[in-house]
Amino acid sequence: MDNSINNTGFVFTKESLRKKFRWSEFLSERIITGVAFLSITIIILIFFFVFRETLPIFKQKKEIVKVESVQKQEQYGGDENAQPTNASGQEQYGVITKDTMMTENQVVGEDTVIHGADEATVKSLLGKDWLPVSDRPRYGLIPLLVGTVKITLLAILFAAPIAILAALFSAAFAPPWMREIIKPAIELLAGFPSVVIGFFALMVMASFFQNIFGYDTRLNAFVGGVAMALAAIPIIYTITEDALTAVPRSYTEASLALGASRWQTALFVTLPAATPGIFAAVLLGVGRVFGETMIALMATGNAAMISVNPFESVRTLAATIGAEMAEVVFGDTHYSVLFLIGSLLFIFTFGLNALAEFYVKGKLVKRFQGK
Amino acid sequence: MKEPKIKTRDLTLFYGEKMALNAISMDIPEKEVTAFIGPSGCGKSTFLRTLNRMNDLIPNVKITGEVLVDSLNIYDKQIDVVNLRKKVGMVFQKSNPFTKSIFENVAYGPKINGMNNKAKLEEIVESSLKKAFIWEEVKDRLHDSAMGLSGGQQQRMCIARALAVEPEIILMDEPASALDPISTAKIEELIFELKKSYTIVIVTHNMQQAARVSDVTAFFYLGELIEFGKTKKIFTTPDKKQTEEYITGRFG
Repeated sequence: MDNSINNTGFVFTKESLRKKFRWSEFLSERIITGVAFLSITIIILIFFFVFRETLPIFKQKKEIVKVESVQKQEQYGGDENAQPTNASGQEQYGVITKDTMMTENQVVGEDTVIHGADEATVKSLLGKDWLPVSDRPRYGLIPLLVGTVKITLLAILFAAPIAILAALFSAAFAPPWMREIIKPAIELLAGFPSVVIGFFALMVMASFFQNIFGYDTRLNAFVGGVAMALAAIPIIYTITEDALTAVPRSYTEASLALGASRWQTALFVTLPAATPGIFAAVLLGVGRVFGETMIALMATGNAAMISVNPFESVRTLAATIGAEMAEVVFGDTHYSVLFLIGSLLFIFTFGLNALAEFYVKGKLVKRFQGK
Repeated sequence: MKEPKIKTRDLTLFYGEKMALNAISMDIPEKEVTAFIGPSGCGKSTFLRTLNRMNDLIPNVKITGEVLVDSLNIYDKQIDVVNLRKKVGMVFQKSNPFTKSIFENVAYGPKINGMNNKAKLEEIVESSLKKAFIWEEVKDRLHDSAMGLSGGQQQRMCIARALAVEPEIILMDEPASALDPISTAKIEELIFELKKSYTIVIVTHNMQQAARVSDVTAFFYLGELIEFGKTKKIFTTPDKKQTEEYITGRFG
C-alpha cells in the first residue's frame, strides 16, 4: 500500500477525491459521440433524399389528369404547353407520336390515357413494360421485379448450398491447418471487386455455359445468377462458419460420446443448433444479390422481360438505376421512378436485415434458454 | 477376482510437448464404481477421456501405451471409435442437452444408430428416463425443450441419454459439480443404482462424494497415479503420504 502511494503521488484525502474536470476526457467523449451521430445523420439524410425524390410520382397523379384534359384540346398547339414538367416536355417530339397517342387514347381509353400522359401513376407502375425512353414511355416495374427475384433465386440456389457445405466442412471436418487456409481465402473473395466478377462472367462464364447448355442469349439470368453467387458465397460462408463454430463444443462432445459419427454430429447436432445463424447468413446473401449492380449490369443482358426461363436475359432493379440514372432528365418522371426503385431496394434490404436480426435474436434466446 | 473391465498399461499422454499423463497402469473392475480424485490439473479428467477416446478431438495429442476394454486395445488402428463410444458412454461436467425436446434428446442415440421404430423408441426413452430417476418429473412434458429443465434435471436427462444407447461403461466427468446438494444427492443415489448393471468411472473434486459412492478410488497427482485401491482403504489407511495429505485437506 505504502509503495503505491509513493509511486503515484496519490494521497488519499478528501481533497484528492474531489471531482475533477478533465478536458481531454470531455473532448474525446464529445467527439466520439459527434462522429456516431454524424454517421447516423448522413444515413437518415440519404433515406430522406431518396424518398423525397420518389414522392413526385404519387403527388402528380391528380394534376396530370387535369393536364391531360387540357392537352387533349390543345395538343396541336405545340410549345406553349411546355412546362417544366416532363409531361409536355417529352411530348413535343413530333406530331406522329401524338397522332398515335391520340388514336390509342380514343381506342383503348382510360388505361392508355395514363400512359399517354407519360406519368407513372400507380397503375402504370404495375404494368408489364419497362420502356422509359420510348416515344410513349411506360414505367412498368413488374419485369424488373421479376428479373430481380429470378436472379436472386438463382444466385441463392447456387450460393447457399455451396457456402453452407463449405462452412460445415471448415467448421466441423477440416483439420486446423486447412481451416486456417480455407477461411481467409473464401473471406478474401468478399473483397473481390464485383466489376471483376462481372467482367469474368461476361467474358468467360457466358461462353463457357453457352457451350454446355447451348442457349441462344449469351448473357442471361443463369450467367448473372452464377456470377452473383460468387459474390454471395463469401458472405453466406463467413456468417454460417461463425454460427457453426459458435455452437458449444459440449454439444459436439455429447453427440460423439453417444456414438455418433462426425458426419452425424455435424448434420444432426451442429447444423440444427446453428440454424438461426445460417438463416441470417442466407438472408444477408439475398440482400447482397438483390442490391448487386455491377454484375447484373454486365452479365445479365439487361432486357426487361417477364419469363421464368433462366436462359433469358433479365434486367434487375439495381442495374436499371445503374444504367439509366446518368442519362435521365433531372426532375423527370423517369428520374422519380428510378428513385422509387431505389426506395424499393432500400425497403427490401432494410426489411431483410431487420428480419435476419430479429428472427435470429428471438430464435437464439428461445433455443438456449428454453421456452 | 474377476477380469477387470478396463485395463490400462503404461498410458502416457502428451499435449504437444507437455506430459499430462505419465505411464498410468490401472485395472478398473466391472460393475463397480471407480472414483478418480486429485487436485485440478492432475490429469484425472484427461485420463477419463482416454477411456472412450474423446481426446482424439483435441489436436496435438500424442498417446502411447494401451487401454484394454474387455481385453481389446481401443487404441488399435482397427478399432472403430464410433462403436467404441456406444459401448463406453460419457456424462459431462456441465449438462449439455441438445436444443431439442426431452424426447428427442434421449432418442438421439438410438436414432443415429438406425432405430426408427416409433413404438420401440418410446419404450427406450421411457425406460432410460426411468433408470435415470427422472421419468416422473418429465413424463408430461417429453416434447418440451430440454433447455427448460433445471440444472439437476438436465444432468439426469443427460445420464438417461447416455443410457439409451445401452453402454456397458459410463464415464462421468464431475457430474455433480455444478449442482446443488439435493440434485447431487439424487445423482449419487442414481450412481448407486446404476452400478448394478454398469461399470462406472467417476471423476470428482468432492472427497465425500468419492467416499460415498465409489468402491475403488484412484488418486492422481501431477499426471501420475499415486495410489489406487479400495475406497475404504484409501480413505482410512492410505499407503502414500501424499494421498493422506490430500484427503485430509493439507494440500490440493
